[in-house]
Amino acid sequence: MTGQIIFAILSIITFGYAAFQFNKIRQNILLGQEEKIEGDRGQRFKNMFLVAFGQQKMFKRFVPAIFHLFIYVAFLMTQIELIEILIDGFTGSHRFFANALGGFYNFIINFIEILSALAFVATFVFLARRNLLKLPRFHKSEMNGWPTLDGNLILYGEFLLLVGIFSMNGADMALQAKGETSYNLNLIISSNLGPALFGGLEVHTLHMIERFGWWLHILVVFGFINYLPKSKHLHIFFAFPNTYFSRLDSRGKMENMDAIMNEVKSMMDPEAAFDDSGEMEELPVFGSNDVTTLSWRNIMEAYTCTECGRCTSVCPANMTGKKLSPRKVMMDIRDRAEEVGDKIRSGNPEYISAEAKTEDAILSAANFDDGKSLFDYITKEEIHACTTCNACVEACPVLISPMESILKLRRYELLTESAGPSEWLPMFNSIENNGAVWAMSDARDQWVNDLNKEND
Amino acid sequence: MAENIKVKTMAEYAAEGTKPEILFWVGCAGSFDARAQKVTKAFTKILNQVGMEFAILGQEESCTGDPARRAGNEFVFQMTALQNIEVMNMYGVEKIVTTCPHCFNTLKNEYPDLGGNYEVIHHTTLLQELIDAGRIKMTEGGTFKGKKITYHDSCYLGRVNGVYEAPRKVLEELDSDLVELKRCRTNGLCCGAGGAQMFKEDEPGTKSINIERVEEALDTGSEIIAVNCPFCLTMMTDGVKAKEKQDMVMVYDLAELIINNQG
Repeated sequence: MTGQIIFAILSIITFGYAAFQFNKIRQNILLGQEEKIEGDRGQRFKNMFLVAFGQQKMFKRFVPAIFHLFIYVAFLMTQIELIEILIDGFTGSHRFFANALGGFYNFIINFIEILSALAFVATFVFLARRNLLKLPRFHKSEMNGWPTLDGNLILYGEFLLLVGIFSMNGADMALQAKGETSYNLNLIISSNLGPALFGGLEVHTLHMIERFGWWLHILVVFGFINYLPKSKHLHIFFAFPNTYFSRLDSRGKMENMDAIMNEVKSMMDPEAAFDDSGEMEELPVFGSNDVTTLSWRNIMEAYTCTECGRCTSVCPANMTGKKLSPRKVMMDIRDRAEEVGDKIRSGNPEYISAEAKTEDAILSAANFDDGKSLFDYITKEEIHACTTCNACVEACPVLISPMESILKLRRYELLTESAGPSEWLPMFNSIENNGAVWAMSDARDQWVNDLNKEND
Repeated sequence: MAENIKVKTMAEYAAEGTKPEILFWVGCAGSFDARAQKVTKAFTKILNQVGMEFAILGQEESCTGDPARRAGNEFVFQMTALQNIEVMNMYGVEKIVTTCPHCFNTLKNEYPDLGGNYEVIHHTTLLQELIDAGRIKMTEGGTFKGKKITYHDSCYLGRVNGVYEAPRKVLEELDSDLVELKRCRTNGLCCGAGGAQMFKEDEPGTKSINIERVEEALDTGSEIIAVNCPFCLTMMTDGVKAKEKQDMVMVYDLAELIINNQG
């Protein structure tokens, strides 16, 4: 009974605090601009099914994909066992499904055991890859400190979870061998491992080991649920909405800026020039300089990023020593979203922008100004280095486009700040005045004359 | 080859009250860059040889706006794009072919939002179609028979628009020995010119992107690097020069290879 009460209290704390944390993430994502999500829902579900559920893009790199698959499928299947643990925890029963499901239960637990063993191997492989193999993408400067610890912590947690599962199953199988259980299971690993390890122990000790394994498992799970919102591991949840909401139109298409198009159209149309109904009252902000001017989808992408660095490892700018790292851009957007969200929730009137500051003004996303922006995280040098080659977009296993956010920052710099690399000015001027990227004295079709001269 | 090559403009066709089969979008590089002009001329010769009715816009063509848009300057993009669309819609343009994958991408994927809806193909696709239809006669045992050629996928034709096979089929027709780069197709490495990088110095780094790519191409031991983009053409040629291999390794567009193959 005491166990049940402790379990119930821990569950309530766990789920309550998790709800609180996830709600903050929801608020942070909604700091972004609204974006119309259009297009074929069938295609969206298909993307989610293939890319998130089916891990399709992970398999662009086969070896890590296989080990990742072990952990992923083990994680999915363990949810069944977790349901049982929750039921057992609340009701005080033991292996609630064992007798109800019979042979099928035996099958499921065996399946989980095999996957857990594979996940066990994968955990060690991943720890070795991160810490011994020194894969360059895990050791870029943006990975210093917390991101590296985060990547390891989750693997240690995974290891503890597996220790929990196998000590629980192993002890139960040793008990079964002594005729101490109401069920009769035949587990591929624990039926051998359990009696071998624990066979010589007293029944009382075996019960203690079983309880230890059971509590270790559920406590790691409870910890995990509340660790997720702070971790790169959030991808296990956000991969699904992110692949669903990812853009369906061509990668080659940058979002059209209708306000500018209409302005230019009215400049070109002599009749519309006198019609000021469409004129912009005050110049809006073009492009993005902060999470509030990105789209909510871009912020969700940042929360989806698991910092695997595949984008950065294929970025031509990064591999030739430039500062740009697409992964860092996504990490910065998430960090900034956390900062802005926390500051707004603090209600501190210090963060109300100068122009909105009145006696009774209340801090909100609309009047927020902490004197900082995304450009305090991401330098101009970084965004200037992008060749828009789409390699990062192609590489991302969960359909994030770092390039989209990079180009929104460029738009802000060019259009709102009227800044940007000065070397681009001749190109812009030339397009405007000569209709070509270079200022040339020759006619555009001079080559036709040359061609016929060459042929004479 | 002293046949007169006709290159008519859309305006000339319109004056005759007719329309050509296809508009050849030449682009800024194809019009002005000395090296890229050779590609324009080679492609024009091919169109003439097969007797395809085509026209250029001539002086009525402007930059598609791709580098301005990717630099972030939407105003300049909209100005030049809307002007182009006005001209093309006036002539009732339906189908466009272009030798530049950046023009190709912008015309195909970005102009529809601005009111410009055309069927757009890249010249490598058209070349493949013409070969398949037997309209381009490939010389048996031509210049490139058995020669090692490597092919560099441009970002905007390959990864962005998914055109991987057409250029490779053209290379096969040359009877050459196609050696793939280590990073090819979806994993192709950029030449370093895109996103308006062509028009500015590199950001501080340890290496130029074109050098990284050329080194990879040289590793294949090929005599020829085939490209499909005027900017890749410049970057790869510069890279080969920087590695002092310009006497051994040539960089060509696919249209040039077809013309050169005829001897």
